[in-house]
Amino acid sequence: MTDKTEPKPKLEVVETPGEDDETCKTFVFHNEDHTLGNSLRYIVMKNPEVQFCGYSIPHPSENKINFRIQTHGTSATDVLMKGLQDLNKASETVLQKFQKSVLDYKQGNYSSDVKMDDS
Amino acid sequence: MTKGVNLLRQWIFGNFLRRLRKSPKQGALDLVNRTVHSTDFPGEYEGYDDAWDQQKFEKDFRIDMIKMSHDELEFDMVGIDAAIANAFRRILLAEVPTMAIEKVFIYNNTSIIQDEVLAHRLGLIPIKADPRLFEFRSEDDTEGTAEDTIEFQLKVKCTKNTHAKDTTDPDDLYKDHKVTTKHLKWIPVGSQGEIFKDGDLRPVHDDILIAKLRPGQEIDLRVHCVKGFGKDHAKFSPVATASYRLLPEITLLKPIKGELAKKLKKCFSPGVIEVDGKGSNKTARVANARKDTCSREVLRHDDLKDLVKLSRIRNHFIFSVESTGILPPDILVEEAIKVLMSKCRTFMNELSQAT
Repeated sequence: MTDKTEPKPKLEVVETPGEDDETCKTFVFHNEDHTLGNSLRYIVMKNPEVQFCGYSIPHPSENKINFRIQTHGTSATDVLMKGLQDLNKASETVLQKFQKSVLDYKQGNYSSDVKMDDS
Repeated sequence: MTKGVNLLRQWIFGNFLRRLRKSPKQGALDLVNRTVHSTDFPGEYEGYDDAWDQQKFEKDFRIDMIKMSHDELEFDMVGIDAAIANAFRRILLAEVPTMAIEKVFIYNNTSIIQDEVLAHRLGLIPIKADPRLFEFRSEDDTEGTAEDTIEFQLKVKCTKNTHAKDTTDPDDLYKDHKVTTKHLKWIPVGSQGEIFKDGDLRPVHDDILIAKLRPGQEIDLRVHCVKGFGKDHAKFSPVATASYRLLPEITLLKPIKGELAKKLKKCFSPGVIEVDGKGSNKTARVANARKDTCSREVLRHDDLKDLVKLSRIRNHFIFSVESTGILPPDILVEEAIKVLMSKCRTFMNELSQAT
């Protein structure tokens, strides 16, 4: 409800004084928390280009996360983009497999090796 | 010289880690898996390719439905990291939207229950309305439109039952002394009367007690239901519970026979350990680790504690989702996955616009 009315951008990049370093960046995700923070951190860290990735919630009453990426040389923005794409694709796989599983269950042709007799 | 020493050290440490590391399927290994965090990142273990691999994920990932009813769902999510599984759980609790009573306009309330308490109680009533058919209402909007508001009227007056004789039961003495959700009457907003039939928009349960009245007391109010998130207020949460646990794993390190097998069986919940054979040939086996409650009883017995290893399969999540009845639980999980996908896409768009 709250984030619908806000015209503020959802994503910001923290400006650092001095020279621009494309390989190290801190992104600010507004209106996000551990839900996106931790899952995205996991998938970004899975990228071999990444030297460091971490996130923090600077203050519990501020609805934002700081998301830090340091790479071995590639652009941090590209790495974040790849992370988001990977997470999106992974979720899509989960959705597809879940929908198929629900369909199979409802059609009754479900076979599972899981033993769970109600006793 | 120092470089050589460092290389040697790296090699020894790498081998040490490699020996510690086992695939999650093989079971938890004490040193590595005692924490909940994953460590399988590129560069962490020499000789392992831990980079994200969509093909491999698609191949290994699976979902097994265990049981599904109109308001409960249990399924296994296997082959995914806790970070992502936990995101789905958190979204289910806090970020799948539903409709709930948000504004209460009280015209008359002479009951003993105070206005604000009454309004709070009304807010918690689950409203059976598909939230996907509605929009979010902007905060300064007080009127509401057909797209973003559902309206109900609650108008109840308690009277004496003149036919009641020789009784002290309030049910016989009074009429309408219990105000329940069945008294909530749907009022179509705008063109809603053409889109929805009578009974499409209603409280999930018609027997939730809202207030009690005595003759002469009355409640007269109107409510607006709006779309919202569980993170704003728990009344918007679409689930009663959404949780996961890891599949327990019990490993018998040595064959356990005879009386000891019977003792082992008694240490666990029924069905976890079964004993085969007769007499001194009795042998214990793990029949169904799923039924294990992760009790550590077996470790209290000196003669058994070194024969078993209790662990959990770190990438096997047993999800349990209980809906409040607004949407079926399988739809809720689908919506939760879609929420995570839309989060990703939102930021992908933001990022490509920024650069």
